[in-house]
Amino acid sequence: MLDLLSGFVQELRNAGLPVSLTENLDAMEAVRHIPLEDRDAFKYALGATMVKNSAHWRSFETVFEVYFSMRGPEYKIGEGTEDELEQMWREMQEQMQQQQGEGKGSSGGMDSLTPEEIAQMLMKALMNGDQGLMRALAKQSVQRFAGMEPGRPVGGTYYLYRTLRNLDLDNMLQKLMEASKQEVGGELTPLEERLEKDEYESRIDQFKKEIEAEIRRRLVADRGAEAMAKTLRKPLPEDVEFMHASRDEMQALKKSLYPLTRKLAARLARKRRHGRKGPLDFRNTVRHSLSYGGTPAEPKFKQPRPSKPELMVVADISGSVAAFARFTLMLVYAIQGQFSKVRSFVFIDGIDEVTEFFKGTDDISEAIHRVNTEADVVWVDGHSDYGHAFEVFWDKYGKDVGPKTTVLFLGDARNNYHASQAWVIKEIRSKARQVYWLNPEPKSYWNTGDSIVGEYAAHTDGAYECRNLRQLETFVEKLA
Amino acid sequence: MEHRFSSVQQVRDSLKDVNYLADDGIAGVAFLADRLAKPILVEGPAGTGKTQLAKSVAEMLGARLIRLQCYEGLDESKALYEWNYKKQLLRIQADKNSDSWSEVHDDIFSREFLLTRPLLEAISAPDPVVLLIDEVDRVEVETEALLLEILSEYQVSIPELGTITATQIPMVFLTSNNTRELSEALKRRCLYLHVDYPSMEREKEIVLAKVPDITENLADQVARIVRSIRQLDLKKAPSVSETLDWARTMMLLNIDSIDAQTAKETLHVLLKYQSDIAKAAKELSVGLT
Repeated sequence: MLDLLSGFVQELRNAGLPVSLTENLDAMEAVRHIPLEDRDAFKYALGATMVKNSAHWRSFETVFEVYFSMRGPEYKIGEGTEDELEQMWREMQEQMQQQQGEGKGSSGGMDSLTPEEIAQMLMKALMNGDQGLMRALAKQSVQRFAGMEPGRPVGGTYYLYRTLRNLDLDNMLQKLMEASKQEVGGELTPLEERLEKDEYESRIDQFKKEIEAEIRRRLVADRGAEAMAKTLRKPLPEDVEFMHASRDEMQALKKSLYPLTRKLAARLARKRRHGRKGPLDFRNTVRHSLSYGGTPAEPKFKQPRPSKPELMVVADISGSVAAFARFTLMLVYAIQGQFSKVRSFVFIDGIDEVTEFFKGTDDISEAIHRVNTEADVVWVDGHSDYGHAFEVFWDKYGKDVGPKTTVLFLGDARNNYHASQAWVIKEIRSKARQVYWLNPEPKSYWNTGDSIVGEYAAHTDGAYECRNLRQLETFVEKLA
Repeated sequence: MEHRFSSVQQVRDSLKDVNYLADDGIAGVAFLADRLAKPILVEGPAGTGKTQLAKSVAEMLGARLIRLQCYEGLDESKALYEWNYKKQLLRIQADKNSDSWSEVHDDIFSREFLLTRPLLEAISAPDPVVLLIDEVDRVEVETEALLLEILSEYQVSIPELGTITATQIPMVFLTSNNTRELSEALKRRCLYLHVDYPSMEREKEIVLAKVPDITENLADQVARIVRSIRQLDLKKAPSVSETLDWARTMMLLNIDSIDAQTAKETLHVLLKYQSDIAKAAKELSVGLT
């Protein structure tokens, strides 16, 4: 047991979760009080003692599933339940056959079902939300469709894809909707339709999760937990790189961006209020001296009002770095209260001001969408040309850069071998308060190939690597 | 020490008796907190019943709830203890001539002149108490340090008086809305519980339990619509308390089945931003295709 737990903790640390020694000891203490047969309680006990950040819960869950799905008989779903499932299968099957009125005769276990029959059963299970049946079906479909072979070096996603392709769940949703329409006999109101759809979607999601879990169980049985944990290891949301994020990771990033901005805004507001004290507030001091019999024992100071910087964001939104620009803009606008004025510009080879899109709307993602579709950023061919974009920027908006302005450039500076026009940055720096460059590429890639970030960086107050949310957050905090 | 709970299931059942529907995680962590004698740090979106959990546990144990509301600028004298300055002055002036200096000195720094604030009160109370430290993320990082001693050792050190140790270890709940990252030192001393929006089934049960006379059918509809709304990309998703308000609204309006029109007209009970209301209204009335 001890070995198992320390292996588990090791893997958590490998996945990037900070588990301290005391937390580890707490966990050991906690499992003594929890019945080991109760898998859920066991999971929560470990979670409560070792995972202290809700964003890390998913990673924890994955590691937990891998480590405790197969090990030892106490974590396995007992044989009894297995039989029950089998039993349910047979009953369902018989029912179905009766309904169809087919005299098939023998009901030779679930292996003899045709794919169509499985689909039908699945539909029924989803209609009724029958969890037991869904689990059994997940098991069956993995066994049948995934085509898993021991020792084959492919990831779980491959099997998942194969299984899902055979089940055709998108089509299933359509069918379910039609079936429920028939059930009520007539049309559903849009509201009802929406609710039904959400209901079925969540059930289908649950079914997918069952399938995933089943595949994982089998893989662990085949390869062992350590090897599996390694392949399943996922970076935490704040460590995902902007430039290589998958669609799911993007979603997760978006979700974690909002609480992050809230935290950042709260922290900055607090910092502003709790700066050093201002000059003596004479009135207030005298007022308070009354409670000390006229002795000014408690000096009061005025709150300082530090001036807020003006911010200009100039972002490359060409394909390769678009995601990074999007996140930075979202972050900047979410904390725009910290700046007296925020103006934003986007470019590829032409440049356009997009400040208007963010005005008068509360919905930042809507504004970002408009930036992507409406901004006029293509000049010749739609390949990045930093030089031209900067030249136009200087001509059109250069006069607006003042001594209170902080200018922020976002991009990988991959200029397709055009002229760099780095003098623009130099000019801007001589007028502006500060100029920074943020690059989403790893530092080792800078100035390789057509990247000329070094040429620009020479004229800025600093060029920073911003590969993930964590780095971006650190920078923005410094900025405000 | 005697344990308060005998099993996870028992926690769950008794919480249910006081109208708090706990899921596996909540009941499990509450049980562990008792066994390990550790505080619980409850985190999650606003309005998911974090504070209510502490209140319900207090009610269930028949204990007194001592609440410390955190805010920026909270300090020792408001959280832990304070010397009763006025009373000390009176004591000195009362018999100026009789006492020698050392006697007065010892006297004015005794328990009699100590004003207990919530934290000290919680550990010195003779009767069973539940301590709730609400919205702990509102205090500054430095102030957090005030809590550390009491959370790990259940004691308070007063320089003039010595250390006051707890007569009995109280259940401690800390809630946080996650507006900032709490310090590692604080987190390490606590069990962590993340309370999220409930699943549809649990929300329905909560509505049934909390709104008297509501029909099963209406509760089901309420829960389902709220779930759909939470899936939208909103500024502020409806909380459980808002769901309950909404269900009560439906009861007051004598509505027993919600159609799109009623839903649209009462959305402002659920959502508090105009842009959110507009979005939800649009999504709810537009069908699939």
